[in-house]
Amino acid sequence: MDPFVLTFCVLMVVVTIGMGFWAQRKSRTAHDFFVAGRSVSVGWNASAISGEYLSAASFMGVAGMVMSMGYDVLWYPVCYACGYLFLLLFIAGPLRRFGAYTIPDFAEGRFDSPLFRKIAVVFVLFIGFFYTMPQMKGAGVALGFIFRDVPYWGGVVVVGAVITFNVAMGGMKGITLVQAFQYWAKMFAISVPIFVLMSVHGGYGRQLGINRASENEPILVATTEIERPKQAPADSAWLNPFGKLTSKPAAKAGLNTEQQRPFALLYTYSLIIALVCGTAGLPHILVRFYTNPDGAAAKRTTFWVMILIGVFYLFPPIFGAMGRNILPELYAQSGYKGTDGVVLKLPMVLNARSGLLPWGSILSGVTSAGAFAAFMSTFSGLLVSLTGALAHDIYGRMLRPRSSESERLRAFRICAVLCGAISVGLGLLVESFEINKMVGWAFAIAATSYFPLLFLSSWWRGMTMKGAATGMLAGGTLSLIAVVSTMVADQALWAKPLAAFYNGHPLARTLAEQPAIWALTLAIILMIVVSKATAREVPDDIRMKMLVLHAPEGLGLKQEYIAADPTPQAKAHGEMAHPQSPRDPLKGAAAPDVAAGE
Amino acid sequence: MADHPDIHSEEFLRRLLRRQLRLSIGIAAAFGFVLFGLPLANYLAPGVMAMRVGGFTVTWLILGVLFFPFVWLLSWIFIKRSNALEQEEIAVGRGKPGA
Repeated sequence: MDPFVLTFCVLMVVVTIGMGFWAQRKSRTAHDFFVAGRSVSVGWNASAISGEYLSAASFMGVAGMVMSMGYDVLWYPVCYACGYLFLLLFIAGPLRRFGAYTIPDFAEGRFDSPLFRKIAVVFVLFIGFFYTMPQMKGAGVALGFIFRDVPYWGGVVVVGAVITFNVAMGGMKGITLVQAFQYWAKMFAISVPIFVLMSVHGGYGRQLGINRASENEPILVATTEIERPKQAPADSAWLNPFGKLTSKPAAKAGLNTEQQRPFALLYTYSLIIALVCGTAGLPHILVRFYTNPDGAAAKRTTFWVMILIGVFYLFPPIFGAMGRNILPELYAQSGYKGTDGVVLKLPMVLNARSGLLPWGSILSGVTSAGAFAAFMSTFSGLLVSLTGALAHDIYGRMLRPRSSESERLRAFRICAVLCGAISVGLGLLVESFEINKMVGWAFAIAATSYFPLLFLSSWWRGMTMKGAATGMLAGGTLSLIAVVSTMVADQALWAKPLAAFYNGHPLARTLAEQPAIWALTLAIILMIVVSKATAREVPDDIRMKMLVLHAPEGLGLKQEYIAADPTPQAKAHGEMAHPQSPRDPLKGAAAPDVAAGE
Repeated sequence: MADHPDIHSEEFLRRLLRRQLRLSIGIAAAFGFVLFGLPLANYLAPGVMAMRVGGFTVTWLILGVLFFPFVWLLSWIFIKRSNALEQEEIAVGRGKPGA
């Protein structure tokens, strides 16, 4: 165990807990807990969304995957960042103007259907818990890697407990502060070590130049031949498109490299659709847009999120490229002992050149603390959205619609502990699953269920509840079944016939592994067809709803669908909660048009 | 524009939706062209995409580095235009045609 690594990690945990305590004193009202009082400024909110979004899969996984599979993996960081453009173009503005806390609020408000709220809640919980599993697994494995003696369950329980405590103490407002801090911690942790490494071992271009794009290309960089273990892909397969990641289904069917390419192209397209549309449909990201003071701020926030996330994502692939040349021995191991741990291990090579201070250990401590921040922040965001769904949608709207403010606060805390405990339990179950596979499932499900729901409901007035529910459930369920079927075919003995079928049909296997391309199309077609068939059920006031979704807020049409909140606490921009006068009348920009149901 | 169009009227909503959608789809088309064009370029012209620029292959440089500023530019254009659009709609809705 390296003392520097230990020190930096403990520091990160202590600061996180400390900020949770501090935020607890600042968060008083239910509004603070659920949407941070709608008073989060653009800078804070953008940092917090970015901090929440950059999970362990991004911080460590992307670098590891680039190292092990090469070019094709670049689609992950690019689409993770650029998916926000779709959010910005089609979803962020309308959703924020509609003025609802959560997707279930939107679902009920848009279709006047309490039943659809229930369906949507179940789906939020489903996708949310699905997405917590890889985070928990990342926490358990990484902790076991950083502190050699901690068993897998120990890491899961420690991280789960710390974050649950934070969420229960500070709610959304507390988490916003912590996550904003964690974004900058992660940014520092990924960028500073890589600049030091590049100054010693040569820049990004040089690292790529060591790999030859084809047999007959002259070697660009004079270097001794790098000996890599046999698990490492060849130079050209690593550096060029359509490598190990995208051509795997075709390669399993025994096709040669030339025959694999069409399938790899199809795989790439489907992957892009899943990642871009999935980003625009993840519930824990969407809930963040309600914390903006208004729609214009929601757009500005999205813009800054794209910049913050984009800059961050420049760096992990550099770790991957550098690891391939400097630490090729990682290829021989699997999981976090191998390429997945490259972000934590790579800085250690500097120790060999250090003088007085062990710079390698210090920088490795910095990246380890960044990894800690990564799984803590994403898990806390998920926990807030899961807790919100339980406490706001199920307790506050279904079970006890007349509950008082303090009952709601208590419900929020109890639900936070409950969700934290369930997540830890699920985390313990998935020790043998691959993190990136699980993340891919969550994105594929979100892309084929929530994305078409939000997109069509915001822009097409003919949508009915039945159409929306049919498309959402069919898209989400079918893509889940398809993805799981490939996992089962690979791992379960009883699925031999399925494995044989997939090996004989590379097209079917490609489409099952990356279902977004057909499942999204199917979901949209179903939504349109069923809505047309049930056209009589379009809500009567649909024109008003569309107007609220799209008319600029300056026209004063904004309508609040948060019917159950007894003491609305809309505040002027940037103002903190005011403990002495919790019943301040509405004031500032959000005030004049709170209409329905208050 | 009529001097005080009813913001609850059918025409106002149609016009609003159409103009917003046109802007969003225009930007999405530019984004989609590059997003879906790059794999196609990789597929059809692997030799060109593997040419070297300062150590990078062309396609790695585009996807790993240049794609991000391209998307920032698109979103900046979108926000600017969409805010201008909103100002116009507010002016129209309040009965002051033009902006």
